[in-house]
Amino acid sequence: MKHTISVLVENKFGVLARVAGLFSARGYNIASLAVSETLDPTVSYMTIVVDAKDEKILEQIEKQLNKLIDVITVTDFTKKEHVERELILVKVECSDQDKARLESLVKKYVAKICQRKENTVIIEAVGELEQIKQLLEGLSKFKVKELIRTGKIAMA
Amino acid sequence: MTGAQILLECLKREGVEVIFGYPGGQVLPLFDKLYDSDIKFILVRHEQGSAHAADGYARATGKAGVCIATSGPGATNLVTGIANAYMDSIPMIAITGQVKSHLIGNDAFQEADVTGITRPITKHNYLVKDVKDLARIVREAFYIATTGRPGPVVIDIPSDIQMQNTEFIWPETVSIRSYQPTYFGHPGQVKKAAKLISNAKKPLLYIGGGIITSGASLVLRELAEKIQAPVTWTMMGIGAFPASHKLSLGMLGMHGTAYANHAITDSDLIIAVGARFDDRVTGRIDAFAPKAKVIHIDIDPSSISKNIRVDIPIVGDAKNILGELLEQVKKLPDTAEWLKTVEGFKKKYPLKYSKEGSKIKPQYVIEQLDEATKGDAIITTEVGQNQMWATQWYKYNHPRTFISSGGLGTMGFGFPAAMGAKLGCPDKQVIDIAGDGSIQMNIQELATCVCNKINVKVFILNNGYLGMVRQWQELFYKRRYSHTCISGPDFVKLAESFGAVGIRVTKKEDVRPAIEKALSIDNTVFVDFHIEPEENVFPMVPAGEAINQMIEGLA
Repeated sequence: MKHTISVLVENKFGVLARVAGLFSARGYNIASLAVSETLDPTVSYMTIVVDAKDEKILEQIEKQLNKLIDVITVTDFTKKEHVERELILVKVECSDQDKARLESLVKKYVAKICQRKENTVIIEAVGELEQIKQLLEGLSKFKVKELIRTGKIAMA
Repeated sequence: MTGAQILLECLKREGVEVIFGYPGGQVLPLFDKLYDSDIKFILVRHEQGSAHAADGYARATGKAGVCIATSGPGATNLVTGIANAYMDSIPMIAITGQVKSHLIGNDAFQEADVTGITRPITKHNYLVKDVKDLARIVREAFYIATTGRPGPVVIDIPSDIQMQNTEFIWPETVSIRSYQPTYFGHPGQVKKAAKLISNAKKPLLYIGGGIITSGASLVLRELAEKIQAPVTWTMMGIGAFPASHKLSLGMLGMHGTAYANHAITDSDLIIAVGARFDDRVTGRIDAFAPKAKVIHIDIDPSSISKNIRVDIPIVGDAKNILGELLEQVKKLPDTAEWLKTVEGFKKKYPLKYSKEGSKIKPQYVIEQLDEATKGDAIITTEVGQNQMWATQWYKYNHPRTFISSGGLGTMGFGFPAAMGAKLGCPDKQVIDIAGDGSIQMNIQELATCVCNKINVKVFILNNGYLGMVRQWQELFYKRRYSHTCISGPDFVKLAESFGAVGIRVTKKEDVRPAIEKALSIDNTVFVDFHIEPEENVFPMVPAGEAINQMIEGLA
């Protein structure tokens, strides 16, 4: 099962390596990872989506993260109300006859076309996981050339 | 002051008495200042020896051990020693030189990414980027290494930082917002645990190295006596509870006593303190202590519920929590029947070995050593059969008297660790129980011992084999002894060539006199015992078996 965990860490060099190293050394899977500074520049915020087979592994992941000296707090969002978003960029082949269909699809979801070239467009979308999933399903009827996702970020 | 001076001043203020190390290009500025320092420096013959010596010093004294190596190969040679200390939660500070700041990342001569390499085997590590941070970093490093669940900390210092000048400011206190170990148990949990203890019929204390780290031996003994529960321990817990005590069950697990393994299998309440249910202890997990509820006391939350299901977890320091339990357990459990059952196990499944034949039995050597030292020496071991016999046949009654590589199982640990222990406890006899294979892994430290008059004794149980691997090949690989027959040097001549004393023993009747002689010599002594070559360590739980399914030795 996928869990969203937020990790507040000291904003020091090597912290990302410590966290990533912990996951690889103990055989845990990271589905996505987003890192950035916070309002307090000495603190960074990581949103990690982990694939944990069971509760026991999830408990170990939290405990092991907490054991890292540079980790300040660990929160499992799965257990509490929170807002989560992901940003994606999709490059789609777009002939003149596709144009109208594509634009109505983009309108239906909270998405927009941010670049148009001769035969392609780049679509940008922000949303919850389910919305993103539906948009991608809709787009699968077109020729998708490239897809980039930021990974989830979450806030409680 | 220069970075090098600041470092040495910090070490002095942290109470460091001895440093083990080896010089090199990127620690030249540091060694130049060390030349004038009054901290004792022991020049080892291989950096790995310095890490194990610092580790042995820490285990014998309870203080952080310190080692120094240069960049690149110096630092990578420390890696096994650091990993060893990490697995056994030993406080250690490893200081490494690094190439000059502006060369980092350039594949400079003798450059290695030491913080990268040691990240998974340290409690924490630092690369010093500004000389102004150095004093704070050293202070934090000692604090982190010695508090909570202890462990090694690496400080990697570029050589230019060692030379730069800044004002020395000693940080009076340490405060790390993201590191706040829990020392006191949750009162509600302690109360629940006390209730379980009161209602138990077959309680058993299962203890580990955490008792020794925490200094909880006395309160453990009080609790065991109060609730009349038998006590078994992990290898790291040896010495935490007196082996000669009537409630003692000895070590449990793969080569533990059969009666400890039967007792824990039969128990209805395990009180685990400072132990982590390692696979060498539990054997097959689903068959481990099937009838028991489990109280698990540990300072490291991640040790709890990692390997086995726990009913009452209590995070905190063993000494505090055992003290709390001692007060909280008002109604005492009636364990008279249980103690009778356990006595029965002891009678039915004693530790034993065949005393027949003219060859020297390794168990006999250790029994004789126990008698000759009255159980009062510090014993270090290598890894393998020598180590297991040392756990089984010497009676350890005090903490910090048994020093052995537990989690990592590092051959070559015992000899340099004995050096460290002897420097920490100069008035004690320190004996490394070794195999002829293991001793060859760090034998170069003989020169360190002789030069510095570190008079440790090394008892080589010489069977011409890598004995433990050979034992597995005998039992599980149809006696196909693939590359486990190992030749060695003439250990007597070798010792003599270094200026130490060598004694060879080939007859049983010469064992005791040789031990007495070795202990009386004021020099490093190698005693080469030629033992029964195919003697095995029993009992033994085969890998993946339940711990009460042991292979017994010959009667």
